[in-house]
Amino acid sequence: MKEEFKVISKFIEEKSRVLDVGCGDGILMEFLSKNKVVDIRGLEISKEKVKKCLSKGLAVIEGDAENDLKQFPDLSFDYVILSQTLQAFMNPEKVIENLLRVGKKVIVTIPNFGHWKVRLDLLFKGEMPITKNLPYEWYNTPNLHMCTIQDFYNFCNNKGIKIFKTISLNGQKTSKITPTNLKYKNLISELGIFLLEK
Amino acid sequence: MSNLNKLNSVLIKKTLKLDCGKEISNFPIAYETYGNLNENKDNAILIFHALTGDQYASGINPVTNKEGWWNYAVGPGKPFDTDKFFIICANVIGGCMGSYGPGSIDPLTNKPLGTSFPVITINDMVNAQYNLLDYFKIEKLFAVAGGSMGGMQVLQFVSNFPNKAKVALPIACTASHSAQNIAFNELGRQAIMSDSNWKEGLYNEKSSNPDKGLAVARMAAHITYLSKQGLQEKFGRNLQERSDLKFGFDADFQIESYLRYQGSVFVDRFDANSYLYITRAMDYFDLTKQFGGNLSKAFKDTKTKFFIISFTSDWLYPTSENKDIVIALNAIGADVGFVEIKTDKGHDSFLLDVPDFLSTIKNYLNTTYSNINERRI
Repeated sequence: MKEEFKVISKFIEEKSRVLDVGCGDGILMEFLSKNKVVDIRGLEISKEKVKKCLSKGLAVIEGDAENDLKQFPDLSFDYVILSQTLQAFMNPEKVIENLLRVGKKVIVTIPNFGHWKVRLDLLFKGEMPITKNLPYEWYNTPNLHMCTIQDFYNFCNNKGIKIFKTISLNGQKTSKITPTNLKYKNLISELGIFLLEK
Repeated sequence: MSNLNKLNSVLIKKTLKLDCGKEISNFPIAYETYGNLNENKDNAILIFHALTGDQYASGINPVTNKEGWWNYAVGPGKPFDTDKFFIICANVIGGCMGSYGPGSIDPLTNKPLGTSFPVITINDMVNAQYNLLDYFKIEKLFAVAGGSMGGMQVLQFVSNFPNKAKVALPIACTASHSAQNIAFNELGRQAIMSDSNWKEGLYNEKSSNPDKGLAVARMAAHITYLSKQGLQEKFGRNLQERSDLKFGFDADFQIESYLRYQGSVFVDRFDANSYLYITRAMDYFDLTKQFGGNLSKAFKDTKTKFFIISFTSDWLYPTSENKDIVIALNAIGADVGFVEIKTDKGHDSFLLDVPDFLSTIKNYLNTTYSNINERRI
């Protein structure tokens, strides 16, 4: 998902400290290192992926965002990134709280469960939707807490979390999400990318 | 140990003030090197050995005629690639492979120092080895690395000399020796000291060593280096060259025979007093306490890039203790990578053929070396 990385990269200012939570095999970390002067760290739960990151010389630690974020001091990063991982946590609410504690700004990417294809799948097939971004069956999915762009938007508002920018991603196309086009963007976006602050 | 006088050794003239308050000077550090120092002098790696290691990390150890203790990791094409890096490894002070230790001859009595050798610490070992940088005229090391007690030396080195190594690899170690580890070390020391040949440390090396005590110490320690699962899979309840139990106290089981063998070969290459001194240095190691209970402060000035590794089945220096170091480094925003390698080989994993461990280090060192040294131009 190169487009997603480009949007994230645009959010991030030069010479900032960045933490990529759930950094996988470090592709976003590499992308950001190439495009920006950033001091970037990663946290990843899979041993295999951590080994890949370390093999590339990336500063990644093996750990789990639900338990290991607490070791990072308050506001110790300029940006904390959570790319398409929120839905996999036992307690997404707590994770978001911790991200906002550790990072001055937080970038969260949401695979949108409100996309029209997802809605149609459920409406006409009566089956749990399987899409490009959500390729699992209901019984083996690691995604415990799916949400829509609208849901996450509401969540932030209810929690008093400031939303700086929201970008919709649909295929290669990016566009801004605003309060007035939210209902529509929630229907056509595959991903929602949020820039947040406490 | 008759080949000792043929070892590479440098006489340190500078006075070193030890933690115990005593001062030493004109003392030898025995070392070995592998590979070549390049023109920029930016490819040097100082490797620290563990409790019973020595300067022979690779190749054939000329004293034991066996392979070096880190042969899987150090050599041409290996993770610490001697085609690329200049590897220095020294025998710690307190050791028995040519560096200043309890076996060194006291010029006043012409006899081994024995227990009149001062009690040394990990800090003393590191400060003594630091002199090698001057000796080789190396301004800054590419890396410092070591497992177990070697890892403790890595931590102490970066803390003492925050600007002297670009990369630090502390492996399967701790910042603070645990009660359990002190307990096991005490068991070993008591085994040695209760051997009637020990004679308050004044035994005569040629005739009567406290070999029995030292062998028992090694046997006990050896168990702590392995995992329960590893032992069970390797030995189970297999019998040693017999079809039935013999109803006696010979080695009926293979595991007994194995441990006895480990004890017997160890006494041929290691000195009992050195074992006492080095285990004591490990027990005294508490970097957290050195910095008033805040381990982060030990590293506050460092720009060194850390890569910390632990092993799932290591119960002697468990992942939790290695993670404490990671946490302390993250608390000050240091550059740190960490992975726990899955293996059933226990604490000894760092010395053995554990492909995941070896390949990750190899890639990490190669990439980091080119990131730091080549892109700079």
